[in-house]
Amino acid sequence: MSSDWTTKALAVLAKDIRTELRTRYSLNALFMFAFTTLVVVSFSLGQLSLGVQVLSALYWIIIFFASMSALSGVFVKEEDAKTAQTLRLFARPSVIYAGKLIYNTLLLTILCALLTPLYVVFMNVTVPDWPLFLVVVLLGIIGLSGATTIIGAIVAKANVRGALFAVLSFPVLLPLLVAAIGGTDAALGGAGWAGAENHVKLLVAYAVIMITASAVLFDFVWNG
Amino acid sequence: MALSLTVEKLSKSFGARKVIRDLSFMVSAPGSLGITGRNGSGKTTLMRILCQLVPPTGGRVAIRDGDVEIASADCFNYLKMISPEMALYEMLTGYENLRFFSTLAGVRRNRTEQDELLESVGLIGRGDDLVAAYSSGMKQRLRYAVALLAKPAILLLDEPTSNLDDAGKAIVLEIIARQKSEGMLIIATNEVEDLKQVEHVIRLDN
Amino acid sequence: MVRKYLQVGLFVLLAGVIYFSFTTPAPQQIIGEASRIFYYHIPMAWLTFVAYAVNLIYAIRFLKTHSELDDFRSLWSAELGTMFCVLATISGSLFAKVTWGVYWTWSEPRMLSIFILLLIYGAYLSLRAAIPTPERKGIISAAYSIFAFPTVPFFIFIMPRMMLSLHPADSVVDKNLHFTMGGSVLPIFLVSLFSFTVLYFWLFGLGIRLHKVQLTRSEEA
Repeated sequence: MSSDWTTKALAVLAKDIRTELRTRYSLNALFMFAFTTLVVVSFSLGQLSLGVQVLSALYWIIIFFASMSALSGVFVKEEDAKTAQTLRLFARPSVIYAGKLIYNTLLLTILCALLTPLYVVFMNVTVPDWPLFLVVVLLGIIGLSGATTIIGAIVAKANVRGALFAVLSFPVLLPLLVAAIGGTDAALGGAGWAGAENHVKLLVAYAVIMITASAVLFDFVWNG
Repeated sequence: MALSLTVEKLSKSFGARKVIRDLSFMVSAPGSLGITGRNGSGKTTLMRILCQLVPPTGGRVAIRDGDVEIASADCFNYLKMISPEMALYEMLTGYENLRFFSTLAGVRRNRTEQDELLESVGLIGRGDDLVAAYSSGMKQRLRYAVALLAKPAILLLDEPTSNLDDAGKAIVLEIIARQKSEGMLIIATNEVEDLKQVEHVIRLDN
Repeated sequence: MVRKYLQVGLFVLLAGVIYFSFTTPAPQQIIGEASRIFYYHIPMAWLTFVAYAVNLIYAIRFLKTHSELDDFRSLWSAELGTMFCVLATISGSLFAKVTWGVYWTWSEPRMLSIFILLLIYGAYLSLRAAIPTPERKGIISAAYSIFAFPTVPFFIFIMPRMMLSLHPADSVVDKNLHFTMGGSVLPIFLVSLFSFTVLYFWLFGLGIRLHKVQLTRSEEA
């Protein structure tokens, strides 16, 4: 990985951030979707006292659905605006993939930074182990964007994108959701690092496998 | 640098419909080629195959530098295409588009050089406007500026004068003249005026 | 001619499996008659994996060759695999009702894994339907089927360790890898496994021959 390659990948990232800041297209949709879902969940379940397991599952379900509403945008926008063709004549596929992967990871990080305090307040959650909680969330975010970025590129080539994105992502994301919910459960329930060890290992392995597989296959999808 | 582009027994079909069959030709730099044919004869498809944007059904396209064949993954460094099918970023300004694409192409262009480029396509003074606010002719001019950023050895023009006024057409003629003497130029068009500019013409008729 | 004998042979084998699977004593005394489903359920589950593995192999090959035929082989095997997967899910669910009293449980890793396969290949087939150009359809769906593949071992090898399995772990082989079933059970099971595998490859070849005929027809037209 030369510094030249990094500069180009960061240029793709910077370009996407700049257009996003001008249009606020994905971030607003992403956050409002997550916020609405949180309010619906809190409104319908708020009276009940929910167990830690249910609370961790709900947290990830909200993130899953919110990300389904926005993460394919980075590629769909390029294909629809016909800028994807121009990009193909200017950069290697790996540069594009790296830029988009970092962009999606950043988008999810911002989402979680906004959502988590609201979740704690609305759902009346106490977090005994913040460091573990944050590590699990961060690893979950990396795995989530690692798996869905290439799926975004896949659905950008198809016709019925909205529904298809969730359909294609869900089976691939199930291992991640199981591990992330398990890890969050350990952080909220006080099982601590010992209880979360397997989940954390799994989250790391998942992110590594998905990003490697994406890097290999992205050339075919992008040029396909 | 003796760059050449060779097309060997190229064919392309969409399902059962054959668009291009058994096409072979070669262009070397400096030189120029025109591709013409009625609508739907496969001009744009051929241009996209030459740029490696679409794989051919049979045959191959090779770019050689002397005797050395360029790996297909590196071909994009040698050629740029200007086509109505290829857009720039509407939510970025003219300058931002130039800066972004020059970073991707690995060439740094400072503000003076960017201004020279804008001047050469007649867009000077509009560099700070969003591309979304440009007219379609101005967008076409900016496409030229972006494609010429990296001084491509091979320049492909698909419908080069579409959306352009007379001043714009004059600019394109200048670019065409420079490109065919310094590098390689391939034009897909039905305009008789454009075809007068090239040395050889291929007519696509199935 | 050879093909004809093979077809007759396959027919005789499958007829034999059906006859003997119902006339011999039930394979498992405690579960009783219902345990005969074992002769069918396990071959279906096995063929699901075989068919999806063939899909994966041809998907990888298609990305290299771009041959339309490899894409069709990949698709056809995915369709056959989905048929076996549905049959395995239904037969497994019936068996679950008899032995554990429920048609479906999420805490059973093997049920979960076969269900995930159904989701992945359902997604694969809907993706194909949503891409209009044939070549792009092949490339993009091949990439998805390769990409989704790493999730499968996760459900087969890792999830069972994280969950308590209800599945009869010693149903086919015990911990020392000895077959646990005596008498006529093992031969019938093996013949069943073999003949259903042959059935899959026969169906696979049949679809490809049909496809080739259609291709030459459309070229002549």
